Amino acid sequence: MTRLILRRLALGVLTLFLISLVVFAAVLALPGDAATAILGKEATPDRVAALRDQLHLNDSVITQYLDWIGGVLTGSFGESTSTQQPVSELLSDRVANTGFLVFVAAIVAVPLSIGMGVWTAMRRDRPVDHVLSNGSLVLAALPEFVIGIGLILLFATSVFHWFPAVSLLAPGEKAWSDPSVVVLPAATLVLAVTPYISRIMRGSMIEVLESEYVTMARLKGLPERTVIWRHAVPNAIVPAIQVTALQLAWMAGGVVVVEFVFSYPGIGSLFIDAVDNRDMPVVQTITILAAAIYVVLNLLADLATIAVTPRLRTEAR
Amino acid sequence: MTQPQTVEQALDLVPEAGPEAPPPRLQRFQWLGILREASRLTRTRIGLAMVGVIVLIALFGPLVAPHTPTEFIAAPNHGPTSDAILGADALGRDVFSRFLHGGLTVLWMAAAATVLGVVVGTAVGLIAAYSRNWLDGVLMRLNDVLLAFPQIIFVLLAVSAIGPKLWLIVVTVGITHAPRVARVIRGAAQQIVERDFIKAEEVAGERRSRIIMQGLLPNVTSPLLVELGLRMTFSIGLVAAISFLGFGLQPPTADWGLMINENRLSITVMPWGVLLPVLAIAVLTVGTNLVTDGIARAAIGLERSNE
Repeated sequence: MTRLILRRLALGVLTLFLISLVVFAAVLALPGDAATAILGKEATPDRVAALRDQLHLNDSVITQYLDWIGGVLTGSFGESTSTQQPVSELLSDRVANTGFLVFVAAIVAVPLSIGMGVWTAMRRDRPVDHVLSNGSLVLAALPEFVIGIGLILLFATSVFHWFPAVSLLAPGEKAWSDPSVVVLPAATLVLAVTPYISRIMRGSMIEVLESEYVTMARLKGLPERTVIWRHAVPNAIVPAIQVTALQLAWMAGGVVVVEFVFSYPGIGSLFIDAVDNRDMPVVQTITILAAAIYVVLNLLADLATIAVTPRLRTEAR
Repeated sequence: MTQPQTVEQALDLVPEAGPEAPPPRLQRFQWLGILREASRLTRTRIGLAMVGVIVLIALFGPLVAPHTPTEFIAAPNHGPTSDAILGADALGRDVFSRFLHGGLTVLWMAAAATVLGVVVGTAVGLIAAYSRNWLDGVLMRLNDVLLAFPQIIFVLLAVSAIGPKLWLIVVTVGITHAPRVARVIRGAAQQIVERDFIKAEEVAGERRSRIIMQGLLPNVTSPLLVELGLRMTFSIGLVAAISFLGFGLQPPTADWGLMINENRLSITVMPWGVLLPVLAIAVLTVGTNLVTDGIARAAIGLERSNE
């Protein structure tokens, strides 16, 4: 088992290294001279020279990469080319807001979708199952900004006026001091990921419910609750772990659009501003963080799968 | 490699292949069978109707629109009049005309990105599954690297480096689809590669490209069709989202994603400017997803009846 885990860790590190090459290469893709591309044709030679200096464009490509990755690994991501602030400072102002939003969304979405999967599997082919599975087919199709704007029209502006349409927060104010601003963005994320997790959970649960050991447990006269929660769910949950990790990693991208829809002051809207200003240090930092989150979540999902699968746990590899 | 070493061994394999392996030639038009089966399902028909309505609006809307998309016809956010039946947008342009003009770009961009992603992904998946050696490992590692980027972040990384170009959005959306398609197709093809009729063709000295195109490809049609539908749904969402974020078509062009962005601040006084394009995108994606679900159900149904 240790070798299996070490192998996964090594692959994760290799993937992260290759990811950093892709993200770094984005600066090389700037057409012509990167500094001129960012500043535009009218920029004074002094400003171009200063920016070239700031982006270390005068060094060789390998030195540039080593400088950059060294900074990323030690938490100094360079300076924003549009505000001249350190990127880490820009991020730290907003990372808590995004973290809070994603945390709220995850803590609602994961139990809700797992529960919904189990529940619909137990009521397979009954009306509830049909309604919910068609509902999730519709939800799964909708882009997250469509869900978000639908929620705004429904709960903020046109039908009910329960929540704010725009997540206005004073500078420095944290999202949890006014939880009403989080409700609609978090609900958007929940609605976007729930169909995927509940669908895989339903499928895997149906398979398990038809297995012989579940029949056996029932024949032994165990109460239905024990059969479901002690015997069926722990086995059915294995495929759902991977999908849950994928969906949580998806939120790193989904949050970009959702924060823009609600003008929520987090990493996502910072990212959009940075793309608008072609502020490469900020764009690169957020991109590499999002990709790293995916690698880490996948690794955690692998470890969780090993932990709940006795065959893998005891395998003497 | 597990290729037979002698002619005797090879001949041993061929008769075995008879009853269990499907004759590859008969599988060639499997996709037609799946589509015929799918078209009998109600959900596929509803989905096709939804997609059809939106495609018709996008194609013929510009011909029947009462105004051009850029002419000013009323005061900003003016309510509905006989001239502008759904009112004017935040700049005083006809919402209905802009809606009729704004659908074509998202459709062709999404379709092009889907075709690109599915073709590249299928090629990579088939080659990886067929190679069964170091190449498989290398391709799958590269796949993992691309998979780590949330799709929209990858596209926006490219946009911030190169600029908001439509071709760039099509290419990068396609690139982000490719590893996801490749993983599915590789999984499906791995089971086929082990079948005896592939080994028989190898022994017979068939060219590798021919084995992949005529032996493997026809046998992964069901996952391929499902991926095509799924990726189309996601392409529409991604392309529309990028346009909504302001990195697609630039003003004053009419485009559904951009319209939502332009009118969202006046959503309380003039909901139509947001509601119409949002509804169109919703109907379109739900439609493609219903068709995809119909195809998936038909494919599973056919598989069961073949067993």
